[in-house]
Amino acid sequence: QKNGVSNGTLYKKTFIEHFEQAPMYVAVLTFLGFGVGTVFGYLRDFMRAWGLEKRNVAAEREEQKDFVPLYQDFENFYTRNLYMRIRDNWNRPICSVPGPQFDLMERVTDDYNWTFRFTGRTIKNVINMGSYNYLGFAETDVNALKTVTIELQKYGTGICSTRQEMGTLDKHVELEKLVAKFLGVEDAMVFGMGFATNSMNIPALVGKGCLILSDELNHTSLVLGARLSGATIRIFKHNNMQSLETLLRDAIVYGQPRSRRAWRKIIILVEGIYSMEGSIVRLPELVTLKKKYKAYLYLDEAHSIGAVGATGRGVVEYFGMSPDDIDVLMGTFTKSFGAAGGYIAGKKDLVDFLRTHSHSAVYATSMCPPVAEQIIRAMKCLMGLDGTTQGLQRVRQLGKNTRYFRRRLHEMGFIIYGNDDSPVVPLLLYMPGKIGAFARRMLEKNIGVVVVGFPATPITESRARFCVSAAHTREMLDTVLNALDELGDFLHLKYSRYSKSSHPELYEETRLE
Amino acid sequence: MDIKHVKDYIYWLYYQYLLITCSYVLEPWEQSMFHTITVTVFAMVVYTAYVFIPIHVRLAFEFFSQIFGGQPESTV
Repeated sequence: QKNGVSNGTLYKKTFIEHFEQAPMYVAVLTFLGFGVGTVFGYLRDFMRAWGLEKRNVAAEREEQKDFVPLYQDFENFYTRNLYMRIRDNWNRPICSVPGPQFDLMERVTDDYNWTFRFTGRTIKNVINMGSYNYLGFAETDVNALKTVTIELQKYGTGICSTRQEMGTLDKHVELEKLVAKFLGVEDAMVFGMGFATNSMNIPALVGKGCLILSDELNHTSLVLGARLSGATIRIFKHNNMQSLETLLRDAIVYGQPRSRRAWRKIIILVEGIYSMEGSIVRLPELVTLKKKYKAYLYLDEAHSIGAVGATGRGVVEYFGMSPDDIDVLMGTFTKSFGAAGGYIAGKKDLVDFLRTHSHSAVYATSMCPPVAEQIIRAMKCLMGLDGTTQGLQRVRQLGKNTRYFRRRLHEMGFIIYGNDDSPVVPLLLYMPGKIGAFARRMLEKNIGVVVVGFPATPITESRARFCVSAAHTREMLDTVLNALDELGDFLHLKYSRYSKSSHPELYEETRLE
Repeated sequence: MDIKHVKDYIYWLYYQYLLITCSYVLEPWEQSMFHTITVTVFAMVVYTAYVFIPIHVRLAFEFFSQIFGGQPESTV
C-alpha cells in the first residue's frame, strides 16, 4: 500500500504513493449497483423499442429504416441509461474566470436530464476544486494582465496562418526562448493546442518499424499520437519499472515480430503526473533503464510543469535530475500557466526537425499573441524575472496547500490515490449511486467538484478528483474539508483502514520525553 | 429530540440503501418498482427462514447427538 524507497541511492527524497484497496464488500456492492442500473436500462430500452415511452435519442428517419443502420443502439447503452441519469453533474456552464471561486449558471431539467433549461440565475462564489489552476494564474486582476492587454491591442487576436506560412510572430520566438531557458534545455517549440501537441508530433518522431512503450494509464492524446504514427505499441503496467524492463529486454532480444530485425527506435511515453491517479512517474529508475537499454524518453509534463519541483520546473527538478537526460520534454500551458497551448523542448536538432516535419507546424494555426503574452508573463513571474518573488511564493503555497489537503483527507479516513506531493487528489467513491449524490450535495454546499465514472476510470473505481490551487486560501480549503467530512459521514465514504483516527497509536510523530 | 435522532438515523439508513443499490439515480416510478420487488424478495426470504430453519436445526442437532451420544437410541 505504501511504496518506500526501492533503490536507496536513486531517490533523493522519500517517494510515497498510496493506492489502497477498498474492502471486498465495496467492490461487490459496486457491481450490484451497476447490475441494477443495467437491468433498468434494459427495461427502459425495451419500453422505448416498443413505443411505450418517448424516444429521446437520435434515430433515423422513417424512409431510412431499411438502410444500413446509422445509429448503433447498443453501443450507447451505457450513455443512454446510466450516464444520462446523472448527466447534470457534467458540462456545467460557468460564467466567470475559473479562479479559486467562480460563478455557475443555474440550470434545471424537467425530463430527467434529457434537456436542460437555464433559470437565468447564477450561483455565485462556488469554490472551485476542479480547475487545473495550479498556480492561480487564471486571474482577472488588471495589474497582472497589463502586458497582456497591451499585446492584445498591438496584435489583435487572430493569426490566420500556420507556423510555416506567415504565423510565426516575434512573440513566438520570444516565448520559445523563454521556455527553453525556463526548462534548462537548448530549444523549444510552442503549439496552439496541448492535445494537438501530442497527437501531431508523435507521428513526426516515430513511424513504422519503431516501438512505442506506453504506460497503461496514458492520456488519450498520447494514445492517439501513438496510434496515428503507425509504430508498434506495447503497454507496460502503470508506473511499474519491472514491467517496463521486461518489455525492453524482450524488444531488444527478439526485435520486430516477423523479421526479427532490430527496432529502428524504441521510445517510452510517460507522463509527469497522471491526472486520474495523482501518481508521479518514477523518473530516476526510468532514466537508468533508458540509458541501459538505449531507448528514448518522451515525458509529457502536462500536469506537472509549474506544479511540482522546488521552483516549479516540473518532475525533472522534483527528482533533482538534469533535463539533458530526457530526450523529448513536452508540456502544456493550459494547466499551471492559465493559457492554452503546448510545447516540445529538447536538443536543438530535435526542435529544428519538428519545425519542419510536425503536422502541427505545417497545418495548425499558431498560438495567438495575447495567450503567448500571458504565458510569458506567467513564466517570468515564476522565474523571478519580473523582480518579485511572487512566482516562488505561488509554488510554495501550492506545495503547502497540497500537503495540508492530502494530510487532512488521510486523517479523515478517505481513500486517496497518488503521491503525497501531487496537487491532483482523487478521492474514491466506488459506487455509481454515490457519484451523482456526491456532486450534487457538494454543489448545494457551494463547492464545485469534478466526478469521474466508468469509461474514464476502471469500473469499480469511480472517483471525485480535486485539483488544489495556489490561489486557494486556508479558509477555502477548510470549508471544503469540513464539507467533505460531513458528506463522508453522510454518504459513508470513509473506507480507509489506515486512517490516523482509527489507529492513533501507530502514528506517534514526535515524542518529547 | 430523541425521536428526531431516530428518524434521522432511519432516513440515513434508507439513503444508504438507495446509494448502494444505485436506485438513487432511478426515476420515481422505477424506484417504486424496485422497492416493491426488493421488499417482496426480502419478505419471502424471511418467511422461508422462519418456516424452515428451526426444523433443520432440530434435525441437525438430533443427527449429531446420535453420532456422539449413544447408539442404542430407540426409534419410534
